[in-house]
Amino acid sequence: MHKPLRALLFPAAIVCSGALLLTSCQPSKPSVKIGINAELTGEMPAVGASCKQAAELFAEQVNKAGGIAVGTEKLPLQLSVVDNSCKADQAAAAAQRLISQNGVLVMVGPNASSCAIPAGEIAESLGCLMISPWSTNPKTTVDSTTGKTKKNVFRACFTDRFESPVLAAFATKNLHAKTAAVLYDVSSEAPTSQSTLFKEAFEKAGGKVVAMETYTTGDRDFAAQLTKIRETAPDIIYLPAPYNDTPLIAAQARQLGIKAPFLGSDAWSSPDIIKLDTGKSLEGSYFCNHYSTEAPNPKAKQFIADYTARFGNAPDDVAALTYDAMTLAADSVAKAGKLDRSAVRDAMASTRAFDGVTGQFVYPEGAREPAKSAVIMQIKNGGFHWVSTVNP
Amino acid sequence: MKYLIQQAINALQLGSIYALIALGYSMVYGVLSMINFAHGDVFMLGAFFCLLLIAIVPVPFWLALIVVMGATAILGTLIERFAYRPLRNAPRVSAIITALGCGLVIQNTTLGISPYARPMPRLIDNVTYEFGGLTFTTLQLIIIGVSVVLMVLLDFLIRKTSFGMAMRAISSDRAMVPLLGIPANRVIAITFALGAALGGAAGLLYGMAYPVVSAAMGISVGWKAFVAAVIGGIGNMRGAVLGAFLLGGGEVMTVAVLPSTYRDLISYSLLLLILVFKPHGLLGKPTLQKA
Amino acid sequence: MGAKSRYLPAVLLIAGFVASVLIPSTGLVNDYLQFVLMSVAINAILCVSLNLVNGWMGEFSVGHAGFMALGAYASAVLTVKLFPGAPPLLLFPAAVLIGGAVAGVAGIPIGILSFKTRGDYLAIITLAFLMIVKSGLENIPYTGGPRGMLGIPRLTTVAWAYFWCVVAFWVIRNLVYSKYGRGISAIREDEIAAEAMGVPTRSAKLVAFVTSSFFAGVAGALFAHQLQFINPSSFDILKSTEILVMVYLGGVASLGGSLLGAGVVTILTQCLQPLGTWRMVVLPALLVLLMLFRPGGIMGYRDWSWLKPRRSPKPRPKNEDGQQPEIGEVSP
Repeated sequence: MHKPLRALLFPAAIVCSGALLLTSCQPSKPSVKIGINAELTGEMPAVGASCKQAAELFAEQVNKAGGIAVGTEKLPLQLSVVDNSCKADQAAAAAQRLISQNGVLVMVGPNASSCAIPAGEIAESLGCLMISPWSTNPKTTVDSTTGKTKKNVFRACFTDRFESPVLAAFATKNLHAKTAAVLYDVSSEAPTSQSTLFKEAFEKAGGKVVAMETYTTGDRDFAAQLTKIRETAPDIIYLPAPYNDTPLIAAQARQLGIKAPFLGSDAWSSPDIIKLDTGKSLEGSYFCNHYSTEAPNPKAKQFIADYTARFGNAPDDVAALTYDAMTLAADSVAKAGKLDRSAVRDAMASTRAFDGVTGQFVYPEGAREPAKSAVIMQIKNGGFHWVSTVNP
Repeated sequence: MKYLIQQAINALQLGSIYALIALGYSMVYGVLSMINFAHGDVFMLGAFFCLLLIAIVPVPFWLALIVVMGATAILGTLIERFAYRPLRNAPRVSAIITALGCGLVIQNTTLGISPYARPMPRLIDNVTYEFGGLTFTTLQLIIIGVSVVLMVLLDFLIRKTSFGMAMRAISSDRAMVPLLGIPANRVIAITFALGAALGGAAGLLYGMAYPVVSAAMGISVGWKAFVAAVIGGIGNMRGAVLGAFLLGGGEVMTVAVLPSTYRDLISYSLLLLILVFKPHGLLGKPTLQKA
Repeated sequence: MGAKSRYLPAVLLIAGFVASVLIPSTGLVNDYLQFVLMSVAINAILCVSLNLVNGWMGEFSVGHAGFMALGAYASAVLTVKLFPGAPPLLLFPAAVLIGGAVAGVAGIPIGILSFKTRGDYLAIITLAFLMIVKSGLENIPYTGGPRGMLGIPRLTTVAWAYFWCVVAFWVIRNLVYSKYGRGISAIREDEIAAEAMGVPTRSAKLVAFVTSSFFAGVAGALFAHQLQFINPSSFDILKSTEILVMVYLGGVASLGGSLLGAGVVTILTQCLQPLGTWRMVVLPALLVLLMLFRPGGIMGYRDWSWLKPRRSPKPRPKNEDGQQPEIGEVSP
């Protein structure tokens, strides 16, 4: 057994190193390479899938039209998709891989803020433009060591600083809530910052936060925290949890006899949330979203039709935002006129207004996030329904 | 006070599920002196088998339970036959690594087939009862009830039947047992099957209690149940149950008082403390280990 | 073995070091491949240090990621919080050493616990240790809590990774082929007999655990400064499992095996990226198959001959004629 195995060792090593070298070879034809850093597995695979599909749709449409005009010639768009499993360290490694090995010009993604923040650091240190479609956390575009805005990281959505006050205002004015309880995942960036900002905004609007309970990612049993919340009898419960944890929490709350409506963040936006809510515990609850399929502009209508025809289901906000992020990326490359990362980045920074699928974008000077509208949605009768639009 | 009793009811539910899984670990360790790291994933497959079953033909709860237990029992036997039996006489470490490997293969295959979390369909009508300010649901009653029934049945099997005696004999002295005319391989295979069946039942019940099923649920719950089995004294059935309820109670009480990030810290510190003072668990007996 | 091959390993090592220093400056090897090379080196350090406890000493420690975490966080605190502006050439080795030292100190209680407890119960104690470290780190706001620590400077280079890898292998190789190391192997074979033969089992266990955890801390420090971001969930049971897979794939109680296991698993993990989740089915399946046919791993308990110390024959005393005595002849 020894000799044959040993004889295989050396060739195996050669093959492995050869394979590694080959995978790092650059293709000979020039193209516009855009990397997609998506959450294809892990806690929110629906988000990653929407992102990937929207990117693919965009790439197909662009390439059918001949490609992106870079300088004098039209180059095809080439996508590189890497999975980050919704884990922070894998997102950083994926960013490394996309930027250093695949040599992408722009990186679109990650979507989850806990992934976008470390990936942003890598993009910043390697000098590559990154546009996050869905990450609302303010920290994504801020350099953690200097506290200043990052040069290379932009986003296609509004931040929690806009979203949380919108929700708080909706709670106090439309739902007439005077007291609120908050239950959030303390081990994840997005829910934590959203909860802090919501508390600030809610109390500034005259309400009182009577309970701030926490749990950790991966928890399944929330009876202890919900029992504590039940004791405080809040008017509403703010629950900025991702789409596959929320039905669980809501179901347990209803089982414990809590009748208050829930209020969610944009993390609820995947239609899977309704599929997973077998007990209809979320019926009547509200959340904040980036766009609605019900009140669309003409661009959105076209996008929704194309996406549904290609993939069979209506696009959610992640898909719409990714499509906008891809459009922004492609436009920046075209504006830059050459396949150079800093030129592309400068082109993106010089973008002031943009008309996207998710509405009108306005990028003030030096800002990395657009000022745009948010929508409030309600979960009713097994679907999302548009309630109101809030403009910046 | 009422609050504490409410939390105690939650702890009973969690503890029951841990107990069913912990029993599987203890049973296998008892007969083979081997930690079956693939058990947590068998538990996870219990929930998935239920999903599969309901998707093909909607059956009532008790039938689903029986079918799922049967399916996981077969799975357990297969794992034992093809992955563990060839390593029966190899160094212990290889068997443990194989178990780890099997667990990873099962988990990632399931993840590959179903990367998305899936909802568990409702198998029973969940009614919330109120009694003196405390709430409990039919679901909680069923989980605790089914677990207790299964545990009592297992205890009866081990203490009062000849098969149970054969299992205990193999725990004591594996080499001697075939010389006495007992088919050791068959007993071991059935032990695995029973342990896996309990794990599958736990998976189904867990899926009912927390109706979002994903391939990763085996890791956290499986390791917790393993810790419970060790606290009680691995190899000892009653110890496994004791350890499970202690751990479930400890976890719920920790989260009731402290932020939930402390939960693992307290659970594992408790484990370490118990092991330092009682190295073989609360009800375990010290075995002579030469190497 | 001629005189030339005596120096060959040393020459090759130095050549490798020069190459590793030159690699980043020339454009030959792209960033990503450098990243992979550094990962291989870091994993090799983790592998050989775990091999010391799991392979040569025959225990089953699953807590290695815990020591790695301590090293990573300790060094990151130094470079990010305490001395953010210091010159990297001075700061980085100090940070790595301190990371290793913190982890080494943490290895002492585990070593002490191993005096009385062995086998499965020690495995469980190491598991508890790992979970306590991970959970403890999640509750320390100073280091970012569960959301982790950002902004760690990129100080790990191919040269540093190579350097620490060579140091780790050199130290552990000298340890296991010394008298002390034979004592460690004796504990694996039969602890009671070893004690009866006068092997100082307690100090041997302590030395093994502390050395193992020191290098795990070193690897953790290199890891933190390569990825620029660490959080407690990077150091959970899955990470420990990864290291275990490398050790048992490459070969227990083998230096070459540690390098082999680390190399194969790291490179395969990168090459099989297109497979996605199925990559993590292929690797463990390979491991299971390997365990069924070769329980010690590919190079279990064996090593390449150039790693083993040369044993020159003991010079026999010459007789009055100045001649070597015949065998069998009794010399004065």
